[in-house]
Amino acid sequence: MTPIADFHLQAFDPTVFATNWTAVAISAVVAVVAIGGMFAASQILSSRRKSDIKLTPYECGIPPTPYAWSNISVRFYIFAILFLIFDVEAVFLFPWAVIFIKQQAMGNPIPFYAMLMFLGVLFFAIVYAWKKGALEWQK
Amino acid sequence: MSWVLFILLAVVTLVGGVGVVATRNVVHAALSLLVSLLAVAGIYLILFAEFLALVQVLIYGGAIIIVLLFAIMLTRSSEYPRISDNRQWPIGLVAAVGLLAVLAASFWISQHQSAGPESPALGNLANSLFTRWAIPFEVASLVLLVALIGAIIIARTGEDEG
Repeated sequence: MTPIADFHLQAFDPTVFATNWTAVAISAVVAVVAIGGMFAASQILSSRRKSDIKLTPYECGIPPTPYAWSNISVRFYIFAILFLIFDVEAVFLFPWAVIFIKQQAMGNPIPFYAMLMFLGVLFFAIVYAWKKGALEWQK
Repeated sequence: MSWVLFILLAVVTLVGGVGVVATRNVVHAALSLLVSLLAVAGIYLILFAEFLALVQVLIYGGAIIIVLLFAIMLTRSSEYPRISDNRQWPIGLVAAVGLLAVLAASFWISQHQSAGPESPALGNLANSLFTRWAIPFEVASLVLLVALIGAIIIARTGEDEG
C-alpha cells in the first residue's frame, strides 16, 4: 500500500475563524433587515380593512376546505424519510468540499474516491426507491 | 463580546424551550423547538465548532423538525390540536430535575476550565474523516441505504406489490 500523503494539522486561528464568520453574520443581518423591513413597510403603508373574505387562507381561489387540521395521507411519510437520508448525505459533502482538491494536489486521491463510493451507494438508494415505485403516487 | 453573544443565544434557547412546553398547540411547540435548536447552533459557533453548527442547522433545524411536523400532520392531531400536556407531567418534572442534577453535578465535579479555541478546523476534521476513517465513512452510506430500504418496505406493507 502506498503511504498516505501526510497532512499537517492547520493551526487553529480564532481571528481567521471570526473573519470568515463575520461575512456570514453580515449576510444574515442583511437578510433579517430586508425581510423585516418589507413586513414593516407592508404594516405601515397598507390600509387595513378586514373582512371575512380577506381573512380566509388563500387556496388558489377555491374556498378553503373546512378544517385545517385534517390528516394528510401517510404516503407523504416516504418523502420525509427520503429527505432525511439525503439531508444526512449532504452534510458529509461540506467537509469533503473543503479538502479534496488540496488532498488530490498532494497526491492523495482517497478522499475523492471515498466520496465517489459514498455517492454511488446513495445513488443506488435513489434508483432502488425509483424502481420500487416509492416516488410514485399510489392510488 | 463572546459573553454577550453567549447570553443572547442562551436566552433565545431558553425562550424556545419554554415555548415548547408552554404552548398548547403542538405545531407551535415544534416551531419553538426549531428556535431553540438554531440558537444552540449559534452556541456551537461561539465554541468554534463550525461543523457541529452546520450539522445542527441541517439535521436538527432542517430534518428533525420536518419529521416532527410530518408526525403531527400524519397522526390524528385533528382530534386534539390544542392539548400538549397530560397527566404524566409530574413524572416529566422528576425526570427533568434529575437530569438537571446530573448535569450540574458533572459540571461541578469536572471543574471545567475554559477550553479556549482548540476546536479542530473543518479542514482537519475532513482530512481525518476522508483518509484515516474512510472505511467507517463508507459504512455510513450503507447504513443510510439500509434505512431507506427499510423505510420503503415499512411504508409499502399492506399495499399491493408490483
